[in-house]
Amino acid sequence: MGVTTAGGFDSEAAEFAALCISSAFSIDARRLEPMPDPAYAWDEARQQYSSTLILRDAISRRPAGAARVLVLTERDIFIPMLSFVYGQAQLDGPVAVLSSARLRQEFYSLPPNRPLFLLRLRKEIAHELGHTFGLTHCQDRLCTMSLSTNIEQLDLKQAEFCDSCAILVTEAVSRIRRSMAEGRTE
Amino acid sequence: MRRQWDILVVDDEPVMRESLAAWLVEDGYSVDTAENGQEAVRKASSKDYAIYFVDLKMPPGIDGIETMMEIRRRHPDASVIIMTAYATVDTAITAMKEGAQEYVVKPCSPEEISLLVGRIIKIKNLQRENLILRKKLSRQYSFHDIISKNARMNEIFNLIRDVASLRSTVLIQGQSGTGKELIARALHYSGNRAEKPFIAVSCAALTETLLESELLGHEKGSFTGATERRRGKFELADGGTLFLDEIGDISPKLQVDLLRVLQERSFFRVGGSEQVKVDVRVIAATRVNLEEAVAAGTFRDDLFYRLNVINIRLPNLRERSEDIPLLTHFFLERLSHELGKEVGEITEGALKMLMDYDWPGNVRELENAIERALVTTRTHVLTEDDFSFLHRPPVTSNGWVAPDSISLDEVQRHVIMATLKRTGGNVKETAASLGIDRSTLYERMKRFAIAR
Repeated sequence: MGVTTAGGFDSEAAEFAALCISSAFSIDARRLEPMPDPAYAWDEARQQYSSTLILRDAISRRPAGAARVLVLTERDIFIPMLSFVYGQAQLDGPVAVLSSARLRQEFYSLPPNRPLFLLRLRKEIAHELGHTFGLTHCQDRLCTMSLSTNIEQLDLKQAEFCDSCAILVTEAVSRIRRSMAEGRTE
Repeated sequence: MRRQWDILVVDDEPVMRESLAAWLVEDGYSVDTAENGQEAVRKASSKDYAIYFVDLKMPPGIDGIETMMEIRRRHPDASVIIMTAYATVDTAITAMKEGAQEYVVKPCSPEEISLLVGRIIKIKNLQRENLILRKKLSRQYSFHDIISKNARMNEIFNLIRDVASLRSTVLIQGQSGTGKELIARALHYSGNRAEKPFIAVSCAALTETLLESELLGHEKGSFTGATERRRGKFELADGGTLFLDEIGDISPKLQVDLLRVLQERSFFRVGGSEQVKVDVRVIAATRVNLEEAVAAGTFRDDLFYRLNVINIRLPNLRERSEDIPLLTHFFLERLSHELGKEVGEITEGALKMLMDYDWPGNVRELENAIERALVTTRTHVLTEDDFSFLHRPPVTSNGWVAPDSISLDEVQRHVIMATLKRTGGNVKETAASLGIDRSTLYERMKRFAIAR
């Protein structure tokens, strides 16, 4: 499992992200070389970055042996249909991208709150990586796999998976471990 | 749960198409994509999607509105969401007019799209549930393809269960289109002859000689054209059931032949000398009143008694109007499927119109009316307009001439007596037929000194 950044990222938060992954999925997460600045993904009209283009770039750079790669960026990202996304992942695929832009209180013109920011980051990491393990949105509003379309919903849910999603994640992680051990890359 | 629902995303821009599809997949839907209108229409032809996201501007070829119209032509119930980057009032109006369920301007908030999709899926789930419940309901009221929750029909179903395995002859009386043959089949298939043949013959359709050879068979050379020996329906039905429809129409000669077969369980083929023994259960049906025919001397009383061992009198559709909605939905579902029409609904107004109509042709007329409405309708919901061909009998007194000096009491007395006679003295049915409650009927019967 690799964690990388695109266009610079709060290094303490990136370190925290790797720890979150290790604890949530019981899988080693190591820091990868940072990706180049995602200027290629900049959309002048929207004044945002295309998450799909960052995702594509990350897929092309994925090191052999990294079963999953999480890209962290501070840039505000979007998909064409939506005004923003917190993150985008390949369902049951190796790469996910996550933006911290809207996880900070400052985005909503509120005073900074670091513990809250890190908690939100932890939830989003679990959520996006959950997608890469094949999980779709959960109907349990407290489960970290539930869909958050605004910051209130994100704050309402927990950083943990519900019992059913937890089982699915554990199964997916052991499946990946097995295939890695057999020398196959997913 | 969500995996049951398929969504089609139609957009010429790959990033747009892929990202929306990926987002919907993360939300648990199964998603297909199409990069232009033609591909979308092709995909919609082989599969019905719960939701179609269609981009308004798609050069070259057909644009979003045309794509939507083509999709809706194939699936009138399709939920189409038109997406556009340029919101203009004109296109919004056109899209909605042509049947777009929603119109969204890119980009929209994740919350908006999530609520929108959620709302449509919720409706789809309810529609599906409704369909399942309706099917369950029609199964609950269904006895060998006969749909009814009418009390008298249920008595008939019970009678059928009781007598299905007996060999006794059954006489089914009822107007045209009341389902006499269905009842005969139900009798056959719920009894111990179900594995053996069920042979139906319409006595009205054949001439006397033809009918005779049709029923009894003939020997080679017994008449011109009889080039070989042929087994009749009685022989073909051996071990099973012979259904003689329109028995009231048979000639006096055939009445005698039939009586002999029923009495002796054996007969001679036309032109033959060999006695043929058969084990056949005979079910006869008629739309004419055989008691009256017997009284008039046109039908043999001995044959009538031989046939009338078990009597089933089928009510007219008018007398079981509570079945009209059930039957309507049953026919709607079956016929729309057979005709390849995506019509699954009928408006309250149209249903009321069907309930109010007299149905002289009974269930068959109702079935034909629904088929005709389905063939001619241009929408996916049948409305009153689709049934405008139904002739409503005038509610005035046209055609009825009041006899000289008759009191209203006397009219009531005659009507009550006639209705009681028709229902075989059944007070509940008579009251229902006259549109009064039972206590009122008892009160009138007492007042007019009418015995049951």
